[in-house]
Amino acid sequence: MTPRHGSSRSLLKTRAVRADAALGTNGHRRVAALKRYSPTGIASRAGRRRFPLAAPSWPENVPRPAPDHDLGVDYDTTWSRKYPVRLARAMVLDNVTRPLARVIASPLIRGDEYLTDVGAPVIFAANHTSHIDTPLLMSCLPLRFRHRTVVAAAADYFFDRRWKAGFFAFSLAAIPIERNKVNRRSAQLATDLVADGWNLIIFPEGGRSPDGWGQTFRGGAAYLSVKTNRPVVPVHLEGTGNVLPKGSKGIRRTRTTVTFGAPLWPEEGEDARRFGLRIESAVATLADETITDWWTARKRAVMGTTPPLQGPDVARWRRSWALPETTPTHSGSDGIEWPRRSD
Amino acid sequence: MSPRPGFVLEVDRSTPPTLYWHGERFRMERLPEGSRVIYAPEPLDPLTDPSAAIRHALRHPLGDKDPLPALLHPGMKLTIAFDDISLPLPPMERPDIRQLVIEQVLDMAAEAGVDDVELIVALALHRRMTEPELRHALGDRIYDAFAPNGLLTQHDAEDPDALVHLGLTDQGEDVEINKRAAESDLLVYVNINLVAMDGGHKSVATGLASYKSLRHHHNPQTMQQSRSFMDQHKSELHSANWRMGKLIADSGVNVFQIETNLNNDAFPPAFNFLQKREWEWGVKDRLAYLGASKALDRTPAKYARQIFHSVKAPHRMTSVQAGEVEAVHAVTTDNVWKQQGVVVEGQTDILSMGLPYISPYNVNSILNPILVACLGLGYFFNMYRGKPLVREGGVVIMSHPTPWEFNPVHHPSYIDFFEQVLSETTDPIEIAKGFEESFATDPWYIHLYRTGHAYHGVHPFYMWYWCAHALQHLGAVIIVGGDPAAVHRLGFRVASTMADALEMANDIVGTSPTLTHIHTPPIFMSDVQ
Repeated sequence: MTPRHGSSRSLLKTRAVRADAALGTNGHRRVAALKRYSPTGIASRAGRRRFPLAAPSWPENVPRPAPDHDLGVDYDTTWSRKYPVRLARAMVLDNVTRPLARVIASPLIRGDEYLTDVGAPVIFAANHTSHIDTPLLMSCLPLRFRHRTVVAAAADYFFDRRWKAGFFAFSLAAIPIERNKVNRRSAQLATDLVADGWNLIIFPEGGRSPDGWGQTFRGGAAYLSVKTNRPVVPVHLEGTGNVLPKGSKGIRRTRTTVTFGAPLWPEEGEDARRFGLRIESAVATLADETITDWWTARKRAVMGTTPPLQGPDVARWRRSWALPETTPTHSGSDGIEWPRRSD
Repeated sequence: MSPRPGFVLEVDRSTPPTLYWHGERFRMERLPEGSRVIYAPEPLDPLTDPSAAIRHALRHPLGDKDPLPALLHPGMKLTIAFDDISLPLPPMERPDIRQLVIEQVLDMAAEAGVDDVELIVALALHRRMTEPELRHALGDRIYDAFAPNGLLTQHDAEDPDALVHLGLTDQGEDVEINKRAAESDLLVYVNINLVAMDGGHKSVATGLASYKSLRHHHNPQTMQQSRSFMDQHKSELHSANWRMGKLIADSGVNVFQIETNLNNDAFPPAFNFLQKREWEWGVKDRLAYLGASKALDRTPAKYARQIFHSVKAPHRMTSVQAGEVEAVHAVTTDNVWKQQGVVVEGQTDILSMGLPYISPYNVNSILNPILVACLGLGYFFNMYRGKPLVREGGVVIMSHPTPWEFNPVHHPSYIDFFEQVLSETTDPIEIAKGFEESFATDPWYIHLYRTGHAYHGVHPFYMWYWCAHALQHLGAVIIVGGDPAAVHRLGFRVASTMADALEMANDIVGTSPTLTHIHTPPIFMSDVQ
């Protein structure tokens, strides 16, 4: 396993070699990359898929059909915030979800000290690569946030069936958000809840990463922050794509890192678009910190050389090839665990 | 819910495998990420009352034409010509659209007291239809009223006594058409428009013409200059037919054109999965697919073919228009585009297609290797407007078993063409120069065409000419799962799997090619921007 700390150079080197391969400057790697892309390889994966025996998966770039009338953004989640339901959810979260998350994802929590002095409610804006992101982040929140947090969830995906809507509203306190177009109802619900003292987890990318790289942030988190005048806490989730990547049906045990950043407040006169760019930049810096170190990441942030979350703008297979190593370790060279794990 | 327009899918990791026709079977192929799959628009809503719509069209003609009842009078000679077995595909469920239209025309003729009425199947050089096929197209009522009295005939392009030479166009093209049709006081042509090439002046100028006339536009040069022959504004085939059509009109032939549009509902509910986007397949679709594909895999090709040829399409009429040829055809063509048009951004390096068991020239027969080539390179390749879907020097990958198998009754000259001509050369121009005339004038082929159910001796040449534009344009053609001997005879390459075909294509178009798959059925036209 690649050492987590003291090895940033080797990680960077690995990344550089992969980037070279992606750009075609390393012939050997390029051949390997083409093999990865080859139709044979792709065809061989078909064996794992069981369509048409199983239901087909839905292409990522095809919008799902409008859900039933009282589903989707019209689904009423008020019941899921009533006290008995919250109590039940808290029990599940603390006694089932958190232990499971620790076993499966072994989260290393960094930067939670930033949350010490910030008052609720806050908006947590995180990158998104896996379905495990939400329960993992929920379970990593400090106690004073954990049980009064709702999650902005795609109305077309999590609320398109009654059983799904009920399940996610209960287990994650999910609220339906329209992600494909501006919807007054879903925006107002989120605003009202934040104004009412609920913390909000939102994934500004609008959906899970299709290829491991991030996607451009949308303006939802910034808009809500400006509208409610509450801070946004940037969060970076590292390694969750290895646990349950998009398109995968199985869970793999691996280690993950949850990095909280300093709360961001909208500045005087700053509009949601510009604030949104700042949030994205802050998450990108946290991502950089995960694969390098805090100091390097800070310097690159100041110089404006932080690698973008979206990765290189090249062909798909080359983007895939240029992905950084994402298997962090949590122990230093002396074997002492640092930073501390979640309690 | 209104029918959805066509759709271009970009394949990603969540995209399920894509369904391919493979002759009488199906294949599932997982396409590389980033590939495009083009899906046809959904079937348009049919006319709620087709009979009323037909009546309305006949009484309210388009262009400079009187209503049909006003053109009918006692003592006149009326001829009704109609499209043959090649349309629609698959043959539609009863009642066939021709029956619906012709019954109304005959009702009006009867009301007007017209006695001299004759029906002609506009065969051109196609095979004669059988009695069951005619009964299916026309209905028993019409067949029993006309056929026993010799008033239902099939156009004979080799009967000198049944043809009349109307003259030469300004380009020196002979116009020789059916004598009965030309000498009638009124020629009513009943057309079914399935693709944009059909209809217009082509109905009479091709459907009722002789070899002497057809050879002027059924040749490799015309096909290579038609970009494509499905786009009338860039089709030399269209231009030639229009020149001939004008000469026919100037010769005094009074044509009342009736054109109909069908929706693209091509298969009955048991085969719904064929026309659905794979990610929308429900449990029924998956079960139907699994049942059909597993059963077909275990059924000999001969019987699988019979099963498929017994399938009748639930096509429904979406519009009908009548009157002056060009005015009618303009509306028809617009309607074809409304049903079939799909806007596609940019060309592709590799175009893939799954070929079915049927083409216009093998209804109730075998899709022999020449027809495989014609269906893929003649039809599917040319279903574009603007520019071809595949770039110049690109590759077409077709999926079809391509058996070395022919129907000796329907396609006798195809056998000799395949054995004698393609073994010498596959160049359409060389073929036209060196071999066409001997096949076209061969007395045995002419005899079989006139008395049996054989396509004309020159017909396989036309099928090959249909491919001329694609052969000139493409860098290679690969057939997945084809019979190697037959595929090599066609001058194409053979691959055992789609993955192999893509690897082979990489040698021609580079290692990072773009791939576009045209998902049929149903057919559609790509408007390539």
